[in-house]
Amino acid sequence: MVQTPIRTVNRQQRAFNQFLAIFSFLAVPLLLYTVWVIYPTFRTLYLSLTDWDGLPGPINFVGLENFQRLITEEPFQKSIVNNILWIIVFITVPTSLGLGLAMVLNTEVKFDRFLKVAYYLPLVLATVVAALVWARGVYSPREGLLNSFLALFMGDAAYKIQWLGDPNLAIWSVIGAAVWRQVGYVMILYLAGLKTVDAEVLEAAKMDGAEGWTLFRYMVFPMLAPVTTIVVVISVIDSLRSFDMVNIMTRGGPFDSSNVLANYMYLSFEDYRMGYAASIAVVLFAISLVFIFFYLREVMRQEEGQ
Amino acid sequence: MSATAQEIPSVTSSRKPRKGVHPVILAVVWIGALVWLIPIVGSVLTSFRSFEDFTSNGFWSIPESLTLNNYIKAWGQMGIDKYLLNSFIITIPALIGCIMLASMCAYALVRFQFKLAKPLYFMFVGGLLLPFQMLLLPVFRLTNDLGIHNTYWALIFFHTAFQLAFSTFVLRNFMKTVPASLFESAMIDGAGEWTIFLRIAFPLMLPGIASLATLEFTWIFNDYLWALVLVTDNALKPITTGLANLRGQFTTDYPLIVAGSIIACTPTLIVFFALQRYFIGGLTVGATKG
Repeated sequence: MVQTPIRTVNRQQRAFNQFLAIFSFLAVPLLLYTVWVIYPTFRTLYLSLTDWDGLPGPINFVGLENFQRLITEEPFQKSIVNNILWIIVFITVPTSLGLGLAMVLNTEVKFDRFLKVAYYLPLVLATVVAALVWARGVYSPREGLLNSFLALFMGDAAYKIQWLGDPNLAIWSVIGAAVWRQVGYVMILYLAGLKTVDAEVLEAAKMDGAEGWTLFRYMVFPMLAPVTTIVVVISVIDSLRSFDMVNIMTRGGPFDSSNVLANYMYLSFEDYRMGYAASIAVVLFAISLVFIFFYLREVMRQEEGQ
Repeated sequence: MSATAQEIPSVTSSRKPRKGVHPVILAVVWIGALVWLIPIVGSVLTSFRSFEDFTSNGFWSIPESLTLNNYIKAWGQMGIDKYLLNSFIITIPALIGCIMLASMCAYALVRFQFKLAKPLYFMFVGGLLLPFQMLLLPVFRLTNDLGIHNTYWALIFFHTAFQLAFSTFVLRNFMKTVPASLFESAMIDGAGEWTIFLRIAFPLMLPGIASLATLEFTWIFNDYLWALVLVTDNALKPITTGLANLRGQFTTDYPLIVAGSIIACTPTLIVFFALQRYFIGGLTVGATKG
């Protein structure tokens, strides 16, 4: 009893010192993150329940009115359908192409470095540049790469195809350009994943006569499951974040036929319909949360595996 | 996982399958790669052609002559030089700020055992996937309230703060691989936490920082949305919104726009080719450990 007070003081002193140390490292970053990321997230949740028009002055609380209006309006419906299309394409096309490329380029192929660079070079370009190149260089009806190529087979009829101007084609054209950027990314993720696949296990399976498709289907693909989870989550999140491409190539047009939630939110912001814009952001956030959850779960699992 | 396969060399196991790829599959991969490059190679060629040549002969024609005029015009008259400078003024401080703060975060999250360490880490991981639109209105308003809307500071502050999530995530996982004994022996020698951080932890994090910095440079440099929202003054615009703005003014002159775009991409391409290994390393963090 006599000795303990000194020890407690020491322990308290040490705990306090540690708190000071932790505080000195975390205070500034956490303050910045709170002001610019955490607070805005909650603020948007609140704004989605108001009719704020962007001007200083009182903000009126309107409950769920924005959301009720949102689901009845056509631009929103078109945007959400396009976002879903985008997600479906993104988790199938670039994912399988990227996986296939990774499988091929993981073997001994001549000039594999050149091939890899060819596929992931688009990723290095700014989306703005990629969008400009596709909108003007590839899809332009008269001098664009695509129509002038098709003209070799179809004649002048090819010049009538409006890749970005036709409401039935616009969203597919934009997604096509986005796929061009995404394939290399998925390929890189799978190439990294393949390095962690245990070569000895594979060799043992081969000894047992597993080959080609069977080997891939029952051995390699299951071992790549954690990478696939991450790839799917990243694909979905990238789909939901798709703004630059749409905004530059079509601005969501013609007649919202290529609009997506991220762009529709921005257009509403430009129109000073802030409360309404916030409610679109909240819808985006709600969809993202599902995938943030999956991602967090995967990261936590890796965390425990250490 | 991978370590076991690497550490025990065995006669039978090879890292790569011995059987070659089927020639047809290889041919498809090659054709695909060339198709993938067409928009890029085509753009480079187009940028050296004159406007008249391009519009009258079309994309697939052989250029009549090659010219540097588009580049000269883009650089001087269109003001690409000014936009490029703005991009650097925004990107470099944001990059340095973000990496400094993230390395402090990473150090604290790994070095100290405290209850909030895990929740804070997961908060950053969750923040990685946040839709930007969720922050747009309050951040726009915040920059107005702080009087920094339409200044470089708006973008510098925002990028520094927003990229903290990814940067902390990467560096924290990198720090985890450093043996704790290194810090403890320094501790016994009487070094304070900041001395340990600056003299031991930070230098050890440098390879991770290299990966992170190449990726973050590309992201901040290529940002479009925030530049659009936070900086409306043409004189302050970075290259991304600057280019988009020019597209409106020079609608028809595609070779000129493309020349501007290529200049815009040069810094990121240089970073990419010089530090390719780090770039790939950064991209794959989170997908696989290590």
